[in-house]
Amino acid sequence: MKLTVWTYEGPPHVGAIRVATAMKGLHYVLHAPQGDTYADLLFTMIERRDHRPPVTYTTFQARDLGSDTASLFRTACQDAYDRFEPEAIIVGASCTAELIQDDPGGLAETMGLPVPVIPLELPSYQRKEAFGADETFYRIVRALAQPCEKTARVSCNILGGTALGFRHRDDIAEITNLLYELGIEVNVCAPLGATPADIARMGAAHFNVLLYPETGETAARHLERAFDQPYTKTVPIGTNATRAFVEEVRALSGSTAPLDDRSLRQTWWTRSVDSTYLTGKRVFIFGDATHAMAMAKVARDEMGFEVAGLGCYNREFARPLRALAKEMGVEPLITDDYLEVERAIEAAQPEMILGTQMERHIGKRLGIPCAVISAPVHVQDFPARYSPVMGFEGANVLFDTLVHPLVMGLEEHLLHMFREDFEFHDAAGPSHHGGHAPKPVEAPATEEAPAATGEVVWLHDAERELKKIPFFVRGKARRNTETFAMGQGLTEISIDTLYEAKAHYAR
Amino acid sequence: MTEHLPPPPATGCRATPVLKERGQREVFCGLTGIIWLHRKMQDAFFLVVGSRTCAHLLQSAAGVMIFAEPRFATAILEESDLAGLNDAHAELDRTVSELLARRPDIRQLFLVGSCPSEVIKLDLARAAERLTVEHAPRVRVLNYSGSGIETTFTQGEDACLAAMVPVLPETQADELLVVGALPDVVEDQMLGLLDAMGIGPVRLLPARHVDADTAVGPNTRFALVQPFLGDTHAALTRRGATHIPAPFPFGEEGTTAWLAAVARAFGVDAETFARVTEAPRARARKAIAQAAETLRAKSVFFFPDSQLEIPLARFLARECGMEPIEVGSPYIHDALHGPDLDLLPAGPAISEGQDVDKQLDRCRAAAPDLTVCGLGLANPLEAEGLSTKWAIELVFTPVHFYEQAGDLAALFARSLKRRAILQAATT
Repeated sequence: MKLTVWTYEGPPHVGAIRVATAMKGLHYVLHAPQGDTYADLLFTMIERRDHRPPVTYTTFQARDLGSDTASLFRTACQDAYDRFEPEAIIVGASCTAELIQDDPGGLAETMGLPVPVIPLELPSYQRKEAFGADETFYRIVRALAQPCEKTARVSCNILGGTALGFRHRDDIAEITNLLYELGIEVNVCAPLGATPADIARMGAAHFNVLLYPETGETAARHLERAFDQPYTKTVPIGTNATRAFVEEVRALSGSTAPLDDRSLRQTWWTRSVDSTYLTGKRVFIFGDATHAMAMAKVARDEMGFEVAGLGCYNREFARPLRALAKEMGVEPLITDDYLEVERAIEAAQPEMILGTQMERHIGKRLGIPCAVISAPVHVQDFPARYSPVMGFEGANVLFDTLVHPLVMGLEEHLLHMFREDFEFHDAAGPSHHGGHAPKPVEAPATEEAPAATGEVVWLHDAERELKKIPFFVRGKARRNTETFAMGQGLTEISIDTLYEAKAHYAR
Repeated sequence: MTEHLPPPPATGCRATPVLKERGQREVFCGLTGIIWLHRKMQDAFFLVVGSRTCAHLLQSAAGVMIFAEPRFATAILEESDLAGLNDAHAELDRTVSELLARRPDIRQLFLVGSCPSEVIKLDLARAAERLTVEHAPRVRVLNYSGSGIETTFTQGEDACLAAMVPVLPETQADELLVVGALPDVVEDQMLGLLDAMGIGPVRLLPARHVDADTAVGPNTRFALVQPFLGDTHAALTRRGATHIPAPFPFGEEGTTAWLAAVARAFGVDAETFARVTEAPRARARKAIAQAAETLRAKSVFFFPDSQLEIPLARFLARECGMEPIEVGSPYIHDALHGPDLDLLPAGPAISEGQDVDKQLDRCRAAAPDLTVCGLGLANPLEAEGLSTKWAIELVFTPVHFYEQAGDLAALFARSLKRRAILQAATT
């Protein structure tokens, strides 16, 4: 048993619903108890979809258990076929139905439905949402994709986009455009927007573009084996990765068409003197492995930040993330326990967090600015405006996203100059509302934070001097000073200790 | 003492044949009740024993509240827990000890059963007894089931309160017990009204703290403020308490009828009753009148969700002039819903249970002006051109008693007003 409040990922059948909802003409019959339909609202509310997810739940109740839940499943399956007339059906069990062992796959296969029925085996007590999506997509591709002649013009499939994916809608639009510029047609984009008939003709593409390894890699590997389609290994997040991706695509396609990058502003924006103050900003990065790794590279190589921490919640991708963390000289954090993430952030005292919805709240609690770079996300991160994170426009979007939470350069200088300014103080917050901003209530969590750091006592004067340091670097200064003092065997911190530590850590 | 009220309809809906349906249900399970119960009972912790799905449900339903150090969590069953049940009990003891060490302020712990724990027949009742002994006297450990196979949405509160009834202290006092979790502000208003009529002391279930002097006995009379408390009603009756049947306190009429039933039971004279209720009744009528302008003669269709549907349809029909087409409820309990059914004018179809696709067909065919439904259906129906009011808000917002009557009507009017504004802007 594991005590859990927040989960980064849902159960695997939610991953399957993400695939089913992404597609058209496919229906999912899910053997599940009453109540599991809550998953519908993730799609209708967070993603604001205008139709119900194509899922029929058997919604069995306690009184059904004594009798025949298997026939309940058959009825639901037949009704779903009659009503929706899908091109193909996927069937599976949720966690409770897994325990009652009705074998939805076997039951559905014996019904003689006139469309393909694809059974799913999703171990609910071992695996999670991303596995569910990846496995479901793979099963669909394996069941439906047929050998077929390659298209006359060079074409590719785009793999991995799902419902409830972080910015999948716009990433795919951006990469589709980029491929068109290179003279490459998109054969099928799947699962997002594809029908079972589209899946059947995936073999006609020359290669595959894998945008989201978490949800598309198993299918990509299968297509490589079955239809001799190589797939791209670079995820085009950030300018450098996008250029590397373009090279990879050129090698796979033979395309020599020139690429128009006049709309790419991120590279100049980061070079402009206004961005100098970004140099060496310490960022902590956490999310799904693909986004976390890509963002770590963007942060270090394109923004000039210092990566102060790097981690992911999906163990499936722990190995490459560990390698990258090692290369960046930070300790990798592979965990799905947000309390562990919170502790790591507290210890690293970064100036900014790049993370998920959860890290946004951790940031709020610790008073550290945060930008969201990965699922899980709330409704505000399914924006109405065009906001890819991939390709050149994605790089523009990322620049804005990563800079906005930070205190602007001039403001930062003024905060240094007028440390005790009467309306430019901590309580006013890092905001243009200045002295008129509501005074934030000190959260008890932040009160306790320094006490936990150790046995060293801050003398009154030193504590007051520390308060004069702008709030966005104060945590780091406090931690450095304490580490320094303990290293020196000191039990008290005076003003001198504070400044000796500052000199010691000067860059 | 209810002379301001319009007469009851010539024929109410109590005898209307109920359309009972089985099929796919688009509802929450009882675990969802934890989200408001943990705020109400300030020294209680709710530990769900379930799967990742249960944790994900609570997170999805609780929204941002999940970040506010909530007093609920899920002990997620893992592969190893399913292998042998003895192991599961040891695991549960360990998890509970860990939890209570981290939260020493917890005085009541609820082990909440889920579909997985019910299906593998994990004996949480025994675990609760064992843990009560282990952690006595500081912590009381109780158990109930919020599983989807047994409970629908608000029935989770019913199951929780029913689990508390057997352990309430015994009393011989002739007291009023008000049953059902209410927002604090509404609870205080209610206590103020009862006090002004000289009824007291009033006991509450659930109380804000475990030490509150809520007791029950053969002379206790209880009134329900929520329509989904069937099992709690039965448990209190088993302890000898007497139910005061009444319509539920929604709207001016509902509140007055509820107060009147209690006042009658406690022998309050008509003059006192009038003196106490006159002013708030007038305020409520005035507040409702404003929203009712938007609602009058509009049709409304209720999908089943919380069992609040029947009293709310009664309020909308009688006080706002709406025309209910279908009133769906997950369960209908005659002793609880009867007084409201008597007041609901004959006409609408009354349905119990659900086959969601068939019900959607009926709803589309009826093309109601307003559809009250869950969040899984609301946006899809809006996209089809139907105006919707999402039902969960009616459970999470203060809507009972006089001072909230205007807000309650406004919740329904808002969808229609919004549609009118947006349409005016585009034409």
